Amino acid sequence: MYDKGKIVPGLIIFVGLMLFAIFNNAGQKPQPPKLEKPEGYKECVLPVEEMKQSHMVLLNEWRDEVIREGKREQVKVGGKMFDKSLQRGCMHCHTSKKKFCDVCHEFASVYPYCWDCHIAPQRDMADQEAK
Amino acid sequence: MRVLYPFVAVLALILVAFLGGKVTGLQYMLGVVLPYLAFGVFIVGFCNRVMQWSKSPVPFRIPTTCGQGKSLPWIKQDRLDCPNNKLEVVGRMILEIFAFRSLFRNTRAEVHDGPKLVYGSSKSLWLFAILFHYAFLVIVLRHLRLFTEPIPFFVPLLEMGDGMMQMGVPRLYATDIVFLAAIAFLFLRRVSLRHIRYISLPADYFPLILIFAIGVTGLLMRYYYRVDITAIKQLTAGLASFSPILPAGIHPIFFIHVTLVCVLMAYFPFSKLMHLGGVFLSPTRNMSNNSRSVRHINPWNDPAIKPHSYAAYEDEFREFMKDAEIPVEKE
Ligand code: HEC
Ligand code: HEC
Ligand code: HEC
Repeated sequence: MYDKGKIVPGLIIFVGLMLFAIFNNAGQKPQPPKLEKPEGYKECVLPVEEMKQSHMVLLNEWRDEVIREGKREQVKVGGKMFDKSLQRGCMHCHTSKKKFCDVCHEFASVYPYCWDCHIAPQRDMADQEAK
Repeated sequence: MRVLYPFVAVLALILVAFLGGKVTGLQYMLGVVLPYLAFGVFIVGFCNRVMQWSKSPVPFRIPTTCGQGKSLPWIKQDRLDCPNNKLEVVGRMILEIFAFRSLFRNTRAEVHDGPKLVYGSSKSLWLFAILFHYAFLVIVLRHLRLFTEPIPFFVPLLEMGDGMMQMGVPRLYATDIVFLAAIAFLFLRRVSLRHIRYISLPADYFPLILIFAIGVTGLLMRYYYRVDITAIKQLTAGLASFSPILPAGIHPIFFIHVTLVCVLMAYFPFSKLMHLGGVFLSPTRNMSNNSRSVRHINPWNDPAIKPHSYAAYEDEFREFMKDAEIPVEKE
């Protein structure tokens, strides 16, 4: 074998990089996020499976309908009427962004930019002040 | 034919994975067993291939010299294109690996009326190759979000930069588009240019078609079917911590994507894709052009055989040479 001094360290670096995720996770078992489900409500806007996968699409549709088409009429969820709105709709039931949206998003490394403008529910602020 | 076979092979793989993804027992095969196997083949095969290469001696200095070599002090040396020492070689290699300098030098030959042969610069291959490779790198690094828990800091940064255009939800990543466009170009270049098509083999088309299919299934998964990422991450991060859980109800498109990626990994060490390791070991780039200043000794020379100068040779054979009327230097 020629150039051992360069090839062997090179291969070790390569294997090390490839196994990065294994070293990174060592000693941990990934736990699915524990979400705080809304109290007193049984249903979400759409069936849960659909919400899990497509809530961002629903939000986008709502936004387009409300802002571009001016369709602000409310939606019916579980017999009650709710605003078609991120802050006054979703967050009306999901009272904490930190304990619901963020838990899941951090697990999936998703950082929606919506909150640059939209305000997180008051409960998060209260929780933070109480700490 | 040479395009058709790889194309049919990829279609067959997709079909197998699609059917397998529907059967619970096979889901475990495709989602857990196959990834471990393919990854093992990839790592072991890769190292094995490099070790095999390392057994080939390179007894001569064979760098491609693309500029003025080191000479008299008043002649300017082209330090990157004709490196004379280790530092210059490192500079050359870094540019080769990160900027694909050899491809940048790609030319195109055309025959005009006359007949006249004309060479022109051709940068499109370089442009699309470099776009493709960097997009691929970013995509692979972004996938770490599915395999790592805790997620390393650079993954959200990459996602932020990549999704900077803030188009649509889930946010459109620029690399996704660049990746597909670049690989489509590389494929079309092979089929549409006559002389490139002539030298293209199934082994050239297969990786292109396979990688294109991986890209398309990935995009479908993210933007169209929108598979449940929290469920999938339990499987993928589980794979990396050796405790994979296979949640129920994963969409078959996920198994297609994973199967194609596994095939790519397992195929890698046996294919031209090994240029990932090969670029570091290319003697025409990683050697310094210093054979005029350093004596290089052939590594398999028998040490018992000593150098034999002409003077010594003449001493040994002078009488015979004189007999044969061969001129000698010393009488
Ligand atoms: C009427 C109150 C209500 C409104 C309004 C509402 N949700 Fe829900 N949501 C719920 C309830 C209750 C559940 C839990 C359902 C279950 O687990 O069966 C839920 C579940 C979910 C889930 C699935 C969580 C999981 O993994 O189990 C997501 C995601 C979600 N909601 C997002 C949203 C978004 C985004 C909006 C605004 C578009 C919204 N919800 C509006 C009540 C609501
Ligand atoms: C640049 C600031 C900004 C950003 C970023 C932003 N929005 Fe909005 N959004 C607004 C404004 C302003 C309105 C209009 C409020 C109104 O007219 O009631 C609005 C309205 C909406 C509405 C309908 C009305 C309501 O009260 O919620 C939805 C739904 C919505 N946005 C969703 C989103 C989502 C989802 C994102 C992230 C992908 C997002 N927005 C990002 C500024 C922003
Ligand atoms: C079950 C886990 C889960 C919950 C709970 C959840 N999300 Fe998400 N969300 C996701 C995943 C996963 C994605 C990213 C999908 C992807 O990357 O393909 C996402 C993406 C989004 C996006 C699009 C972000 C982008 O830039 O692409 C928005 C907006 C969003 N979620 C809003 C919310 C809001 C608001 C809530 C709380 C009411 C919420 N989500 C709760 C899992 C969840």
